[in-house]
Amino acid sequence: MIDLFVRSIFADNLILSFFLGVCTFLAVSKRLDTAVGLGIAVIVVQTITVPLNYLILSRLLAPNAWDWLGLGGVDLTFLSLIAFIGVIAAVVQVLEMVLDRFVPALYRALGIFLPLITVNCAILGGSLFMAQRDYDFAESVVFGLGGGIGWALAIMGLAAIRERLNYADIPAGLRGLGMAFIVTGLMSMGFTAFSGVQL
Amino acid sequence: MKRLQHLYTPLIDNNPVTLQILGICSALAVTTSMTTALVMSLALIVVLVASSMIISAIRHHIPTSIRLILQITIIASLVIVADQVIQAFAFDISQRLSIFVGLIVTNCLVLGRAEAFAMRNPVGLSALDALGNGLGYGLVLLLIGFVRELFGAGTLFGQTVFPTIHDGGWFTPLNLMLLAPSAFFLLGLLIWAIRSVRPAQIEPVDYEISIEPNRRAP
Repeated sequence: MIDLFVRSIFADNLILSFFLGVCTFLAVSKRLDTAVGLGIAVIVVQTITVPLNYLILSRLLAPNAWDWLGLGGVDLTFLSLIAFIGVIAAVVQVLEMVLDRFVPALYRALGIFLPLITVNCAILGGSLFMAQRDYDFAESVVFGLGGGIGWALAIMGLAAIRERLNYADIPAGLRGLGMAFIVTGLMSMGFTAFSGVQL
Repeated sequence: MKRLQHLYTPLIDNNPVTLQILGICSALAVTTSMTTALVMSLALIVVLVASSMIISAIRHHIPTSIRLILQITIIASLVIVADQVIQAFAFDISQRLSIFVGLIVTNCLVLGRAEAFAMRNPVGLSALDALGNGLGYGLVLLLIGFVRELFGAGTLFGQTVFPTIHDGGWFTPLNLMLLAPSAFFLLGLLIWAIRSVRPAQIEPVDYEISIEPNRRAP
C-alpha cells in the first residue's frame, strides 16, 4: 500500500511519466502561488473522484452488476468514460458549492481553478488508470491521493523553476513554451530515478 | 480562397500543439511508435471533425449556461464510438494506446475548437477548421513519432530501417528515446525550430534585464 503511494507520487508521476494534464501544467505554471492553488485543488478532487468512480464502476457498470435486479448479463463498461466525466463534473460543481458555503477562504483561493479541473486529463486519467489496473477500493483511495500529490509536486516544481527562468538569458525562439518543455524533460529524467524504489 | 485558410493556417502558422498549447497530453504519450501516433491522430481527427460539425449544426439551440456539459457529452459519445471501433478492429494497437483514446474527451484541442470556433461559425467552415487543426496535431505527432521510433528502436511502422546490434546489425538504439523525457525534449526543440523559421511566434519577454546597458534584447 505504501509502495503504491510512493510509486504514484514519484515513479508513476501522472505528468512526468504519463503526460496527463500537461496542457494545464504548462498554462498555469508561470507563477508559484497560482500553481500551489491548482495543485491543492487537484489533490482534493483526485482523492474524491477516483474512489467514487471505483464505486460507480464496480456497483453499476461492471459486468453482472445488475444481477440482483434480475437483469443478468448486463455489461455497461462501455459507458464508463461518460460516467467518469459526469461524476468529475458533478463533484467539481458540488465541491465548489460546499467550499463556498463552509470554507469561503479556501473557495476564494481555489476559485477559478475548480472549473478548470473538469477538463484536466490528470483527473480523468486517474480514474481510467484505476479501471484499467483493477484497483480495489483502498488502493483507489491511495492512488487518487498519491497521484494528486505527485501532480501538485510537479507543477509547483516547474512554477518555481520558471519564476527563476524569467531572469535567464534564453535564445529568443526557446523563450517561454520551448524552455518549459526542456525543463519538464529534465524534471522527468530526475523522476525516473525513483522508478527503482521498492518499499 | 479565404475559406481554405482555415485548413492550412493550423498546420504550421497556428499549430494547435506548438503554439496554442492544446492537446499536448496525448501528443507526447502515444509517440513512441509511428503506428500508435497515426492511429491516435486518425481517431482525434474523426472525433474533432464530427464534434465540430454537430456542435456547429445545433449552435443556435444550445443555451449558454449548459453549453460546456452539452459539448462534453457530445464529444464523450463520439470518443466511446471511436474507442470501441479501435478495440474491435485493431486490438493490439488499442492495448498500446492504453487509456489515451479515452482521454480525447478531455483533450483541450477538441473542446477548445468547439468553444472557440464551432459555436460561432457555420457547419462547413467548422469542419474545415476542425480538419486543419486535426491535421496540424497529426503532423506534430507523426514528426515526433518518426524521431522517437527511428532512433529508439531503429524501425518505422515496425519495419526495420537501421538493423540494431541486438539483431546483428550496427545500430545501438537510444533507449532514452522510448522514455518520457525525450518526448518533452523533442517537442521543446521542435518549438524552437518552428519559431526560428517563424519569428512572429516568439513570446515577448516578461522582464527586461539590463546587465550591459549597450546590449538590449530586441
